[in-house]
Amino acid sequence: MEYKSSAYQIYMKYLVGFTLSVLITFGSYFLVVNKLADGYMLLIMLFILAFSQLFVQLLFFLHLGEEKKPRLRVQAFTFMFIILVIIVGGSIWVMHHLNYNMMNFTSEQKEHYMMTQRDKGF
Amino acid sequence: MNKLKDTALSYRTELGFWMYLMTDCILFGCLFATYAVLRGSTAGGPSEAELFDMPMVLAQTLALLTSTLTAGLMLVAMHRKRSVEFKVWLGVTIAFGAAFFAMELNEFALLIAEGQSWQSSAARSGFFALVGTHGLHILVGLLWATVLAVVVHRRGFTQKNIRQAKLFALFWHFLDVIWIFIFTFVYLVGASNGI
Amino acid sequence: MFGRLSLDAFPTDIITIGGVASGGAVVLAILAFITYKKKWRYLWNEWFTSLDPKKIGTMYAIVAAIMLLRGVADAVMIRAQQAVLSQTDLNLIDSDMFQQVFSAHGTIMIFFVAMGGMFAFINWIVPLQIGARDVAFPLLNSISFWLFAGGMVLMNLSLALGEFSGAGWLAYPPLSGLEYSPGTGVDYWIWSLQIAGVGSLLSGVNFLTTIFTMRAKGMTLMKMPVFTWSIVTSMLLVAFVFPILTVTLTLLGLDRLIGTHFFTSDLGGNPMMYINLIWAWGHPEVYILVLPAFGIFSELVPVFSRKKLFGYKSMVFALSSIMLLSFMVWLHHFFTMGAGANVNAFFGITTMLIAVPTGVKVFNWIFTMWRGKVKFTSSMIWFMGFAITFTIGGLTGVMLAVPGIDFQVHNSLFLVAHFHNMIIGGVVFGFFAGLTYWWPKFTGWKLHEGLGKIAAWLWIVGFLVAFLPLYALGFMGAVRRLDDYDPSFGWQSLFIVAGIGVMIIGLGVVTQITQIGYSWLKRKQLKVNSDPWDGRTLEWATPTPVPDYSFAKLPIVSDRDAWWEMKHAKTKVPTKYEDIEIPKNTGYGVYIGLLSTIVAFSIIWHIWWLVILSGVALVVVAISSTLREKTERVITAADIIAIEGKRQRSVL
Repeated sequence: MEYKSSAYQIYMKYLVGFTLSVLITFGSYFLVVNKLADGYMLLIMLFILAFSQLFVQLLFFLHLGEEKKPRLRVQAFTFMFIILVIIVGGSIWVMHHLNYNMMNFTSEQKEHYMMTQRDKGF
Repeated sequence: MNKLKDTALSYRTELGFWMYLMTDCILFGCLFATYAVLRGSTAGGPSEAELFDMPMVLAQTLALLTSTLTAGLMLVAMHRKRSVEFKVWLGVTIAFGAAFFAMELNEFALLIAEGQSWQSSAARSGFFALVGTHGLHILVGLLWATVLAVVVHRRGFTQKNIRQAKLFALFWHFLDVIWIFIFTFVYLVGASNGI
Repeated sequence: MFGRLSLDAFPTDIITIGGVASGGAVVLAILAFITYKKKWRYLWNEWFTSLDPKKIGTMYAIVAAIMLLRGVADAVMIRAQQAVLSQTDLNLIDSDMFQQVFSAHGTIMIFFVAMGGMFAFINWIVPLQIGARDVAFPLLNSISFWLFAGGMVLMNLSLALGEFSGAGWLAYPPLSGLEYSPGTGVDYWIWSLQIAGVGSLLSGVNFLTTIFTMRAKGMTLMKMPVFTWSIVTSMLLVAFVFPILTVTLTLLGLDRLIGTHFFTSDLGGNPMMYINLIWAWGHPEVYILVLPAFGIFSELVPVFSRKKLFGYKSMVFALSSIMLLSFMVWLHHFFTMGAGANVNAFFGITTMLIAVPTGVKVFNWIFTMWRGKVKFTSSMIWFMGFAITFTIGGLTGVMLAVPGIDFQVHNSLFLVAHFHNMIIGGVVFGFFAGLTYWWPKFTGWKLHEGLGKIAAWLWIVGFLVAFLPLYALGFMGAVRRLDDYDPSFGWQSLFIVAGIGVMIIGLGVVTQITQIGYSWLKRKQLKVNSDPWDGRTLEWATPTPVPDYSFAKLPIVSDRDAWWEMKHAKTKVPTKYEDIEIPKNTGYGVYIGLLSTIVAFSIIWHIWWLVILSGVALVVVAISSTLREKTERVITAADIIAIEGKRQRSVL
C-alpha cells in the first residue's frame, strides 16, 4: 500500500487506534464481568462493541480504504463479509431450525419447549 | 523500469495476500459457526462460565493488542529506514506474541487437567478447534517474524524484505481482528453464561 | 514403526489385484521408457520445475485425462454390476467393493478430472487472453499443481495399499466416522482431498490476483473476454468456499485422529453440521466447474457464428448473479434433513432463481448463432449437445428445487440423472469443446474434425441412452448406490439400457483417444497457422507454438474482441523488441508437493515419527522457498527475433 500520510501521521494513527481498541476491550470486558447488562441486551451491546472494534482496527491498523481506486481490497472485504454473513448466519439459522424440529435440545431448551407447548394447550 | 516493476509487484503481492486473508476469514467463520452450533452440547460437562478464567483472557487480549501496536510501529521504523528501531519493535512484537501464545497453552493445559479436553464433548471440541486454529496462526506468525528478523539483519531493507515486513504486519493485525471475535463471542458470551 | 501399515494392507481380491497389476505395469512401463530414452533430465528441467503457466496447464490436462480414464472405468463397473452382474452368479463386485467404486468414481470425477481440466484451461488461456506473460505468483502456481498431483497420487495409492473410502463422494458421518469406517479408506479420502483442495484454494487466489492486476493496457473489466469473466466468478467461488472444505475435512479428520466429537453421534456431536458445512462448499463447487464451461462456450459460439457475442453485459451479469446465488442454495441438498418448512421454502426459491440467469445465458448463445454464418465444427456439435442436455438437466433441477418433489425423489436415481445431466452435459461437453477449439493453440496442429464429430455424437447419444432411463428408474423407486435389487421390481431392463449407454460413451472415449493419436500421426497435414478459426480474443494473437514469453510485445487493447479489432485495423506485427524477464525454473513446487504428500500419507497410516519429520522438512523447505534471491531469467531481444521467426503465424 502507498501511504498518503507522513510517518508522524501514521504513528498517531496507530496510537489512536490502539487507545480506542483498548477502551472498547475494557468496555465489553467490564460489561460482562460486572454484569452491567444481561440477556439479549448484553448480546446486542457486545455485538455493537465487537463490530466497532472491527472497524477501528480495519481503519487504523489494516489501513483499509487508503489504497487507490478501484479499491480492490475494500471490494474484496465487502464481498467476503457478505459471504461470511450468508455462510455463518445461514448455518446457524439452518441448524437452529433443525435442532428445534428434530427436538435436539439441551435440557433448558427442552423445558422451554415443553412450557410453550403447554401454553398452547397441548 | 525496475522501480516500476517493483511497485507493480508490491501492489500485486499485497493484493494477493489480502485475498488470502479473506479466505482465512471464511475459514475462521466456519469454525465460529461450528462452535456456535455445538457450544451448548457439553454432554453434561460444566458450562463455559465455570471454566473460563476471565482476568487471564483479558491479559491475553491486551498482550495481543499491544503486539499489534508494536507491529505497526515496526512498519513506521521501516519506512524511516531505522534498522535498530525496526528490530527492537519486531522483538517486542515477538515477545508479546509469545506471551499470548504461552498464556493460551497454559489455559489449554488447565482445561485438560480439569478433565475438559477436546474429547470430553462436542462443545469442547468446538472450543479447542476455534481457539487452537487461531493459536496455530499465531505460531506461524511468530515463526515468520523470527525469519524476518534474521533476513533483515543479514540482507538489510531490500525491496523484498520491505514487502515481507508489510505482509507480516498485515497478517498480525488480521489475527488481532480474529481474536476480537473470539474474545467477544467465545469468552465474553461464554462467561455471561451463554445466552 | 510403520503405524497401521503392515502386509495386510495389500489387496487380496481378484479385481483389485488385477487393477493394481495392470495399472502398476503401465506406470512401470512408462517409467522404464523414460529411463531408457534418458528423458528424466528433460522432464525435470522442461516440465516438472517449470513455472510457465502453459506447461503447468498441460500437466494439469494430462493428470485430468488419466484420471478420466479411471473414472470412466469405475462408471463401467458400477453399471455392469447394476445391469447384469448382480442378477447372475458372476457377482464379481461385492458390496464393500461396490461402495469403494462409486465413492472413487465421484471423488475422481469432481476433484481430479473436472477441477484438473478446469485448471488446465485457466493456466493456458487466462494469461493469454488478458495479454499477460505470466500469472501473479508463478511459484505458487507450481506448488498448487504439485499439491493437486500429490492428492491424485494418494488417491490412487489407496488401490494398492489399504482401501478407499466406501462412504460416498462426500463421506457423510457418522458412516465416515471411526466407529463405522475404522479402516484407512476415509482417511485416504480426507487427506488426498485436503492437499488437492489447498492447492485449488491457492490457485484461486493466484488467478484472481492475476486477472485483477495484470491485464493488458486498455483492457478494462468490461472489455475482458467472457471466458476470463467466467474464471473471475469461478475463482471467486474457489477462494471463498474452499476454506469451508478445508475446515470440514480437518474437523472430520480430527474426529478420526484425536477423538474430538464434532460429527460423532455421542457426546453432543452433530453429524448434520457436517452435511451443512460440506454442502456450503459442495454446491458452489459445481458452479466452480460449470461457470468456466459457460465461458468456453461464450468464446467459441461467436467465433463459429462469425458474430459478436450477443448481450455481453447480460452475460457478465448472469455469470455474477449465478455466482452470488450459488452461495445461498446449499440446503437444497438436504431438504429432507428436517429443517422445516420456512427454511426449505427459502432455499427452494433461491434455487429456482438460479434458473433465470442460466436461461439468459442459453438464450444469449442462441441469439449469437441467429443470423450468423454458423460453421458446424465439432466444437459446435459439443455446444449443441450441451444446449439440449443442459436444458433438460436444468428443468429437472427446477423440479428438484421444489421441496415437495425433492422429498419423493431424494437420493434416488432421478437425482443421479439430474446431476450427471449438469456435469456431463455442462462441464464435460464444455471442456471437450474447449479442447477441440484451443488444441491448435496448444500444439500447432488441429484435431481431426471427422473423428471429433463422431466422438461428439457418440457422447451425446450415449449420454442420453445412459441417463434418461435413470429418471424413470428414480420415479420407480430405485435409489442411488445400489449394488443389488430384487429382479421382481422390473428395473433390470432399464438398467441394461443405461449400461448400453455407458458403452456408447465408452466408444466415444475410444474415438477421442484415436482422434488424438491419429491427428498426432498426421500432424504435418493438420498443421495450421496461429489463428486457424479466425478468432476474436488475444490468445490467437500469439505465435504457435506459444513461446515461453507468450507476447514478444505486450498488446494494447481498445475493444472487447481485441484480436479481431487488431486484425481489421491491420495492426503491424512488431519487429523491434526489448529484453524480457520471465520466472526462472525452480524445484520448490515439486518438493513442497512431495513433502505434503508424505505428511498426508503418514497421517493416514498413523506413522507419527514420519509426520513430524516430513512436517518439519516441509516448513523448512517452505521458508527457504521464500528466500530465493534471483527468481527471473532474461530472454534477450536477439533471442526473441530468432524465436519469433521460427513460429507459425497468421497473416495479418
